Amino acid sequence: MVKVDGLYKSYGSLPVLKGVSFEVAKGEVVCIIGPSGGGKSTLLRCINHLEEPDAGVVEIDGESVRPATRNPLHRERHLNRMRSEIGMVFQRFNLFPHRTALENVVEGLTTVKKIPRNEAREIAKQYLTRVGLADKINEYPSRLSGGQQQRVAIARALAMQPKVMLFDEPTSALDPELVGEVLSVMRDLAENGMTMLAVTHELGFAREVANRVMFIDDGQIIEEGPPKQVLSNPQHPRTASFISKVL
Amino acid sequence: MDFDFAIVWKYLPVLAKGAVTTVELTALAIVNGTVLGLFIALASISKNWLIRSLARFYTWLIRGTPLLLQLFVIYYGLPLQMGIKLSPFAAAVTGLSINSAAYVAEIIRAAIESIDKGQMEAARSIGMSYFQAMRRIILPQAYRRMIPPLGNEFIALLKDSSLVATISMVDLMRTAQQMYATTFRPMEIFLAAGALYLLLTTFFTVTFGHLERRLAVYE
Ligand SMILES: Nc1ncnc2c1ncn2[C@@H]1O[C@H](COP(=O)(O)OP(=O)(O)O)[C@@H](O)[C@H]1O
Ligand SMILES: [Mg+2]
Repeated sequence: MVKVDGLYKSYGSLPVLKGVSFEVAKGEVVCIIGPSGGGKSTLLRCINHLEEPDAGVVEIDGESVRPATRNPLHRERHLNRMRSEIGMVFQRFNLFPHRTALENVVEGLTTVKKIPRNEAREIAKQYLTRVGLADKINEYPSRLSGGQQQRVAIARALAMQPKVMLFDEPTSALDPELVGEVLSVMRDLAENGMTMLAVTHELGFAREVANRVMFIDDGQIIEEGPPKQVLSNPQHPRTASFISKVL
Repeated sequence: MDFDFAIVWKYLPVLAKGAVTTVELTALAIVNGTVLGLFIALASISKNWLIRSLARFYTWLIRGTPLLLQLFVIYYGLPLQMGIKLSPFAAAVTGLSINSAAYVAEIIRAAIESIDKGQMEAARSIGMSYFQAMRRIILPQAYRRMIPPLGNEFIALLKDSSLVATISMVDLMRTAQQMYATTFRPMEIFLAAGALYLLLTTFFTVTFGHLERRLAVYE
């Protein structure tokens, strides 16, 4: 479903990704862990080309995310279509503050998918109900708690019916008591067969929900494997020291 | 003190006619300047080096030279040395529009750049194009932040439009000068003209104050 092969990315002279390769199968849940500054966010942002990788391939369902043509118009159209198939959830939610919860979800449906407004509203209501926010659809983001905002953001991404969902530390900006509601939505998604790639430091979640855990440091995959192995019995000293610090 | 309110009342209607011209000039310059300014603002944040440089050169040039000089170039310079003859009205509208576009562009650019980068990323991540994201997500939020500085800019433009009196455009200022020349009653005439300017600038202040409050719903 997701194939990343030989991904390189530098900012100026600072190399951030140094040849990252892995695959995620359909319905698989992969959690990425690793110290701050290791390149985890950059990896996710390269997958949907919010950042353009310097080298390497990203394929979704066998189709390259990088446009094959030089024509700027065709490039943009290709990228927009690929991005609409890759859902992304950000650490700081990034909801549109001038739009209600419902309108946040409706936006992509009408603007990108060209679904008629009334139909889009019905679809948006379904997704907001699914994340447990049926009673908040007309609230502006500023009136919602962090956990509720993040659930709207998940609904906004899901409504596009993506083939894969990327999560970049979705609970890091939340008060501890609000983490659970977001994780439970993610767990629900995983159980329903969504392909997921999630950067998270919720090791309990990774242990229970992930099929695989990847430890990334210094722009490289240091270690990967089933959660039990990586989290309980890490092979690499850097993984061990990281896990002992998070716990 | 020698001050005669009767003179104020007598010349107010003539001055009001000049004020109508001032309003027309300012309104046209605001519309042109805003449309042109939006394009220059978008160009000045373009990823394309050439487009960005041209836009920044424009704002640098226009904001770094006096409006009076710009009006002289258009009204006296163009016909004499380039063969482009403009009526005083056309020259005044052109000069004021070109000038306000540069200031409006900077206001719009600053407002766009003040919007959290995460907004553009979120919009792009669901598959919106750059222009869809600008139009539906960034500009509506930036719009709110533009209102107060745009209000100031439009008030400044209204007052600076009095400079068109120097290129034989009969606006409120020029009308006042003519009345003064025939009556030799500077205090009454200029006070009346000042009152009319105040009326107009107050109108802007109040309108923009309303706009600002109306747009505050989601905060
Ligand atoms: N836009 C950028 N410009 C320059 N350096 C960046 C940029 N984004 C990230 N970096 C740098 O890249 C490195 C990896 O960052 P990031 O991918 O955010 O790591 P992580 O998500 O694992 O904490 C850091 O050193 C960070 O400072
Ligand atoms: Mg990060």
